[in-house]
Amino acid sequence: MLQAGMVIIGAGEAGARAAVELRTLGWTGAITLIGEEPHAPYERPPLSKQALLSPDAPSPTYILDDEKLKEHDIEWIAGTPVTAIDRAHRTVRLADGREIAYAKLLLATGARPRQLPLLPMNGTPVAGARYLRTYGDALKLRDKLQTGKRIVIVGAGFIGLEVASSAIERGCKVTVVEVGPRILMRGVPIQIAQIVEERHRAAGVDFRIGISIEAIHCADSDGSVNSLTLADGTTIEYDEMIVGIGAIPETSLAASCGLQLENGICVDETLATSDPSIYAAGDCCSFEHPLYPGRRIRLEAWRNAQDQGTHAASAMLGEKAPFASVPWFWSDQYELTLQVAGLVDFGSETIVRELQDGAKLYFHLADDGRLVAVSGIGDSVVIAKEIRIGQILVETGAKPVPQALGDPDVKLKALLRG
Amino acid sequence: MWIEVCKADEIDEEDVLRFDHEDRTFAVYRTDKDEYYATDGYCTHEKFHLSNGLVMGSTIECPKHNGRFDVMTGQAKRAPVCVDLKTYPVKVENGTVYIEL
Repeated sequence: MLQAGMVIIGAGEAGARAAVELRTLGWTGAITLIGEEPHAPYERPPLSKQALLSPDAPSPTYILDDEKLKEHDIEWIAGTPVTAIDRAHRTVRLADGREIAYAKLLLATGARPRQLPLLPMNGTPVAGARYLRTYGDALKLRDKLQTGKRIVIVGAGFIGLEVASSAIERGCKVTVVEVGPRILMRGVPIQIAQIVEERHRAAGVDFRIGISIEAIHCADSDGSVNSLTLADGTTIEYDEMIVGIGAIPETSLAASCGLQLENGICVDETLATSDPSIYAAGDCCSFEHPLYPGRRIRLEAWRNAQDQGTHAASAMLGEKAPFASVPWFWSDQYELTLQVAGLVDFGSETIVRELQDGAKLYFHLADDGRLVAVSGIGDSVVIAKEIRIGQILVETGAKPVPQALGDPDVKLKALLRG
Repeated sequence: MWIEVCKADEIDEEDVLRFDHEDRTFAVYRTDKDEYYATDGYCTHEKFHLSNGLVMGSTIECPKHNGRFDVMTGQAKRAPVCVDLKTYPVKVENGTVYIEL
């Protein structure tokens, strides 16, 4: 019998990075990467942007194509869900009946879009509501974003707003409905949310903020039109509905084999689950971050998936270092880029720094003066380097002088040396 | 052919400058050890100019997705970049930086 190798469930960003890192770190045994989708591991960020906009037939942006999978000697199993994990025998069972033994197992199962709850219409799931998670979803959506189409987007988070931006560029009429008190409620300071909202309004997006949906009427064969009714009684007619109201960690395998869960698969500081032979990384796991103590966090971000995938690989090979990468995410909408490094919610004071061309940086300080996050908006050329320096300041637990942060004549890089 | 880029002190220590020549674009670096290097301007992952990135020692980090390259060799050092950058010889003479194309 073959020696048990490293098995990774989930061939997205976290899983793919982990597979490569295992090789990079010198693991010479088998690596099996198991994915449900038919595609080789690809990047998800372009799905709401380039994949919807590129004039040519789009193709996935591969993280690992066939050639690289071969080069790293990674066994890639596509289009095959895992049906069970047998912790006692350290095996995983595939939908096609195969069993694969593992020495260490990584769960990189990601998250799935939260579904629009049932509404008092006719008691069935909302027909025609589209979600965006996979390349297949993006291809279908791309077909629907035709000039003049009325698009309603439910949820003003990153997915909803990036799709709104793409739909506007494709010539659609866009309405965004958000039940929360403002757009970008999660992880983005209100100052940036306001700039983003203004930019969308200038592009023609019709926002309905702070209002819930009461009913949805889906067109049927009688020739009626799709419409939704808001709490104030107004109705919005639409051709396509796209729902982006968050994601739910994919924990069903972990749950069925008895791993500890809490808003995702619980992992310790090394990303090990409650079973020391099983690790988890990316959107599916919740963890405590040494820079942000006191609560478990779960991140749905490309960079975090990369960083945790890489970290989990080293942990699977016996490294005990805690995972401590500063969270970082970005969003591109129209010509604007917004970036956030760190967790804005942990700050109590905000200091603004004006950059050239109207770009802005915000520094988020905790009560004790520690810089816990830096966020920025504007041309990515202007903000990217500054955010990166801010991220290093966050990482080192710096307590920069607030006046220096706010003064554009003080080079941020000088604070790194301070 | 050696092409004049800029005065040596126009690039801060541990920093990078964009240099455009004809229809090509480059990134010219000054390291923490006061050495000068040059590479192609755009990151090999997505078309984003490295002159907007952060130089740390002799590493350039693309600000878009934090891919890293060694500026001396052009070697890709950190995901998502995996294709090396092309490098170009650089010399400093009488306080002026030149790149050989």
